[in-house]
Amino acid sequence: MDNKTKLVEARREKALVPERDYDKSPILECVNLGINFGGLKAVDDFNLTIGRTEIAGLIGPNGAGKTTVFNLLTKVYQPTTGTILLDGKDTHGMNTIQVNHAGIARTFQNIRLFNNLTVEENVKAAMDHNMSYNLFEGILRMPRYWKEEKLAHERALELLSIFHMENVAGVKAGSLPYGAQRRLEIVRALATNPSLLLLDEPAAGMNPSETAELMANIRTIRDTFQIAVLLIEHDMSLVMNICEGLCVLNFGQIIAKGTPEDIQANPAVIEAYLGKQKEA
Amino acid sequence: MKRSMTSRRTNLMNYATYLLVIAFFAVITVMNSSGNLSSIMKGMLVPICAYSVMAVSLNLTVGILGELSLGHAGFMSVGAFTGVTAAVALGNHVSSAPVRLLVGMVVGAIFAAIVGVLIGIPVLRLKGDYLAIVTLAFGEIIKGIFNNLYVGLDSRGFHISLLSDTTNLDPDGTLIIGGPMGLKSIPTIATFTSGIILLLITLVVVFHLVNSRTGRAVMAIRDNRIAAESIGINVTKYKLMAFTVSAALAGAAGSLFAMNYTTMVANKFDFNTSILILVFVVLGGQGNMMGSIIAASALTILPEALRSFSTYRMLVYAIVLILVMLATNNPTLKSFFSRKKKTDVPLDPDEPGDGDEGKEAV
Amino acid sequence: MTFLSFLISGISLGSIYAIIALGYTMVYGIAKMLNFAHGDVIMVGAYICFFATSRYEMPPIVGILLAVVVCTILGIVIEKLAYKPLRAAPILAVLITAIGVSYFLQNAALLLWSSNPKVFKPIVPTGSRITLFDGQLSISVITLVTIASCIVIMIALTTFTSKSKMGKAMRACSEDKGAAQLMGINVNATISLTFAIGSGLAAIAGVLLCSAYPTLVPTTGAMPGIKAFTAAVFGGIGSIPGALVGGILLGVIEIFAKAYITTQLSDAICFAVLIVVLLVKPAGLLGKQIREKV
Repeated sequence: MDNKTKLVEARREKALVPERDYDKSPILECVNLGINFGGLKAVDDFNLTIGRTEIAGLIGPNGAGKTTVFNLLTKVYQPTTGTILLDGKDTHGMNTIQVNHAGIARTFQNIRLFNNLTVEENVKAAMDHNMSYNLFEGILRMPRYWKEEKLAHERALELLSIFHMENVAGVKAGSLPYGAQRRLEIVRALATNPSLLLLDEPAAGMNPSETAELMANIRTIRDTFQIAVLLIEHDMSLVMNICEGLCVLNFGQIIAKGTPEDIQANPAVIEAYLGKQKEA
Repeated sequence: MKRSMTSRRTNLMNYATYLLVIAFFAVITVMNSSGNLSSIMKGMLVPICAYSVMAVSLNLTVGILGELSLGHAGFMSVGAFTGVTAAVALGNHVSSAPVRLLVGMVVGAIFAAIVGVLIGIPVLRLKGDYLAIVTLAFGEIIKGIFNNLYVGLDSRGFHISLLSDTTNLDPDGTLIIGGPMGLKSIPTIATFTSGIILLLITLVVVFHLVNSRTGRAVMAIRDNRIAAESIGINVTKYKLMAFTVSAALAGAAGSLFAMNYTTMVANKFDFNTSILILVFVVLGGQGNMMGSIIAASALTILPEALRSFSTYRMLVYAIVLILVMLATNNPTLKSFFSRKKKTDVPLDPDEPGDGDEGKEAV
Repeated sequence: MTFLSFLISGISLGSIYAIIALGYTMVYGIAKMLNFAHGDVIMVGAYICFFATSRYEMPPIVGILLAVVVCTILGIVIEKLAYKPLRAAPILAVLITAIGVSYFLQNAALLLWSSNPKVFKPIVPTGSRITLFDGQLSISVITLVTIASCIVIMIALTTFTSKSKMGKAMRACSEDKGAAQLMGINVNATISLTFAIGSGLAAIAGVLLCSAYPTLVPTTGAMPGIKAFTAAVFGGIGSIPGALVGGILLGVIEIFAKAYITTQLSDAICFAVLIVVLLVKPAGLLGKQIREKV
């Protein structure tokens, strides 16, 4: 244990930790993370550190391996190599459920809501781990059932109010418009009390005014809950506006890291996005 | 406190279901006391209750949990055999029939729940049709075991043997389960009232379960397993919980059902019975408990009502079944009934996006 | 030598399961439905052959051909009337319809042909046996015919699906019906063809089954149907070689269980083996594990 921690310690890199982070320790550290799919290195030698209240962006062309990074962080795939430290603790051997309990929550690129449950139930389902009444207390409707259900109801409405969605609490999630479904996924992820929120293309399919509102909301979430946000996004105006640190991925490898200003000026990034200029 | 529209509608539906059951009980009781109930109908009252409980409990697995089970009759079988054994054993000490029936049903439910856990742990790891075929297999295994099980009781206690009768009972002993002969000399202590009470208890259990964190988690898993895992819902635990509750209720129903007859063989609870109950659930609507009860009652009475068709009745039954399925799934009819539903459904969520999923391509 | 003779009768029984399982697996592969009526098509085929050979004294080969033709047509008709309208319906609705069709066939047979058991006249004279090793091993000819039929059918079907245009269309449809349609494949005709082949094979299986176990009643097809379905899952449903492997294994396990353990629990043992196999290989022996995209 000690040995391993030391090994990781040696390879840790300097974090892009914001000034406001009280103890200056990062929330997430990926060290030499990688996964092979039958010989294909989908993600290789991925090193990333995220501050406790940082909004970070993961960008790159289609097929670069961005969602695979999310799947590695949430243990949908077990990494072939490398270590993921969450708040300094190794997540090795954990499954998706345990990683969520440890503090990572995510949204999905292809929306994955509980379509036949109401908006409120979608949010309350995410609070399951924080509830304590058991099967029999639920069936017999003991006092603990009423107490916790009332709390869950109030908290669900409170969370929904971030996106002004209290009025659709009783609507089936599947019948919501596209943008609202994306926002509900964020609320649902928040309801698990994460310390790191992973957003997979939160602005996909939104119009510019919706995107602007989303940006404001992401900032509000970070400020209110004091959590870190890592987002995958193709909308460059969103990324450049709200991200404090950026990481560019191409063919499974990091080609650039830094502040939005650094990234915008980086020739490797421009090449990855626009292709190499032909020598005429 | 603000209550949402949908949950209010669900609650109304639940109360309506309780009311329906109580009304049914009242009507039958009145008809019975005024002598308007045929003896055939009287004989079907307990089976109607038992099949309704079976349908509601299977609906918990199929409609709420979203897994297809083709072996639900197996749990009924476990409940029947263990429950009757308990009721017979108790007969020497307790004379009160309701107490023996209650104990029989509780014992049946407990054993069915145990079997439910034992089966659920391996089965619930599988998906879709594979899960269905394994539940079918378990149902057949349970049938095979009870067909070869001998349980006797005498002053020295229980004697159990498999394959051949080696129980060697004392002269005063009774053979409760006799292999292929099944349950012999069952105390016929099941009553319509007890059946209605069991049905009401079943409804309370299922409705309250659905409206608790357990139900929410189970339905979340049904709608999207990957998302459920991502928000920390323990998929295995909740699936097993729902499956076990469903099995326990089926066990109680099996116990009640068996104690309506003097003898019962294991073949009564075969694949065809599992299918019959599944038909109740599908016709009544997945997740719709009232529908399950109505379908179970109607389809229990229907073959009897078709008696005048004598030999054609099962053929008619088959044709009705096919036609109902064709009619309820007819696209034209469906769009007619769902035209009121909201149409702004999102884009196809399976749309291929950022082709990051290298694993699928291999 | 007894071991060898059990093994051979196991393979023979397994061959019948394999031929039935082919029908299940092909239909599942292309229509993604469990065709519970398949077992009853076997029964219909056996009855047709029975009446042709026993009542009308036709030669066995004519009886078999007649059974195949009738079952093929039956399969197409069932598909057109009962399953085609449900192409877009939920899986459960299709399953219940298939069960309805199964009840229908059983009860129609009950009305037409009564529940009195018919004694099926085997296509090969009973008692004709081949003795090997100085009479130590005696195999009935029907056993060999069954195994040979299974091998021929397997080779023919594998060649058909891999070489012929229609076979390729079939495989394309089972991969992706929408894409197949866009490539100009007539999906409906392909599905009909699959049902036709499956049902024709069911007729052959019915004749072979009743030649080995010559009691014919309207429920004759039910249990072999369920077991063959198990065999298909065993081998990996949707896979043609899987049906062969699953069928043979199931037959051998069943005969061995009967011979060496107990007759009464042989079915339970078969199903127990199935469960163990699925727990180790959740998609069957030769099935493909499909991962869900995240």
